[in-house]
Amino acid sequence: MILNVNGIDYPVQVEASRNLVSVLRGEVGLTGTKEGCDDCECGACMVLLDGQPVNSCSFLAAQAEGRTITTVEGLGDGNSLSLLQRTMLEEGGVQCGFCTPGMLMSATALLARNPHPSEEEIRIGLSGNLCRCTGYVGIVNAVMRTAAEQAGL
Amino acid sequence: MSESRLINATTLAEALAAVANGARPVAGGSDLVVGARQGKAPLPSQLVAIDRLGELKGIEWADDGLHIGAAITHAELESSVNVAARYSALADASALVGSPSTRNVGTLGGNVMNASPAMDTGAPLVVFGALVMLQSTVRARTVAVGELWEGPGRTSARADELCVGVFLPSRPAHSGSAYVRLEYRRAMEIAVVGAAAALTLDADGLVSELRVALTAVAPTIIEVSLDGVAGLSVADAARVAGEAASAQARPISDLRANDRYRRHCVGVMASRAVGAAARRAAGETISVPVNRALGIGAAR
Repeated sequence: MILNVNGIDYPVQVEASRNLVSVLRGEVGLTGTKEGCDDCECGACMVLLDGQPVNSCSFLAAQAEGRTITTVEGLGDGNSLSLLQRTMLEEGGVQCGFCTPGMLMSATALLARNPHPSEEEIRIGLSGNLCRCTGYVGIVNAVMRTAAEQAGL
Repeated sequence: MSESRLINATTLAEALAAVANGARPVAGGSDLVVGARQGKAPLPSQLVAIDRLGELKGIEWADDGLHIGAAITHAELESSVNVAARYSALADASALVGSPSTRNVGTLGGNVMNASPAMDTGAPLVVFGALVMLQSTVRARTVAVGELWEGPGRTSARADELCVGVFLPSRPAHSGSAYVRLEYRRAMEIAVVGAAAALTLDADGLVSELRVALTAVAPTIIEVSLDGVAGLSVADAARVAGEAASAQARPISDLRANDRYRRHCVGVMASRAVGAAARRAAGETISVPVNRALGIGAAR
């Protein structure tokens, strides 16, 4: 089976029972995606599947065949951060960092769908991502600032 | 873990053949895979993925109602104009399920066949008189949704049958509906109790038809038996429905709430569902989900 991750085709051979997060971190070798609760609750494992956020802990890798997968490694270009990644750092949206990859994927999908979200829409968009450090304020501020900067404000 | 196999079905016929041969269908995996990883039940060794089947992905008007494919996700339901306008309670419920990422993968068919007594979409389907469409390689049949559920996780579907869709009969003019639930937090929550109401108003603004169904107060979603609500004012109908809901609930005590609290609150939820449904029936736009629009459930 071939998994397309961040625009690159990775041939992998895995059991049908394997979840996507374990194949991304194991066979594909991209460890940015985190496994938190393994219960579809915390959002640390969030990746984009055809542009939509999905919990990769409860999604079977075999069902991702033929789809485009985006992980946190696909956000920057390898040398520089995306605007959202940079504002997350500057606004104090990152502390321990474990939730950050999932937060970034949810927020990236939200801004692609809705470039001018209200604070309420941001909170709903991030409602599947738990953060135990920041209290969320810095994260929400980062998304709001990214939206404003993308609009040239 | 034993050798497992997954087929990504490309046609409904292929999926039905796999199910006939013992494969378990999987769509989003938000019940099946999560349950397996929690150790509730091992992941079936033979799986057929049905989430990309075009035959199960439509929301289409038929002559006498709306047909919703089994693989339609909660995200697709909450953003469907047809669902929000005519079957608002189903949109309310879909918008409350899990989080955006679970709504992107969780499907109506999976929800119906998982048969949880706490499923949010169940009470709306009951008040709309939904029919569940089951198909196998040799037969197709429809079952009233209230007759499908036999208990927690149990349905009357046969082992070779796949849920291919849900049919919602058309609604009379001057109808409205709503689903509300008691919750302790605004996301990743399971209903403590919930209630759906579908209501039709007559020319004088009195209730001509009312159906109410309840979430998480019995082994399955249950419909409230309502006598003599036709001709009542909305306020009186809401009171009667609330009292009947509390009287007919058979709740258990568990970590979310004890039975007495559930019994009381399901009456409150039923009354509020009737009130919101009546406002929609009168032409008011209340955004989806009603829980957020009217400040019901968890505060921010």
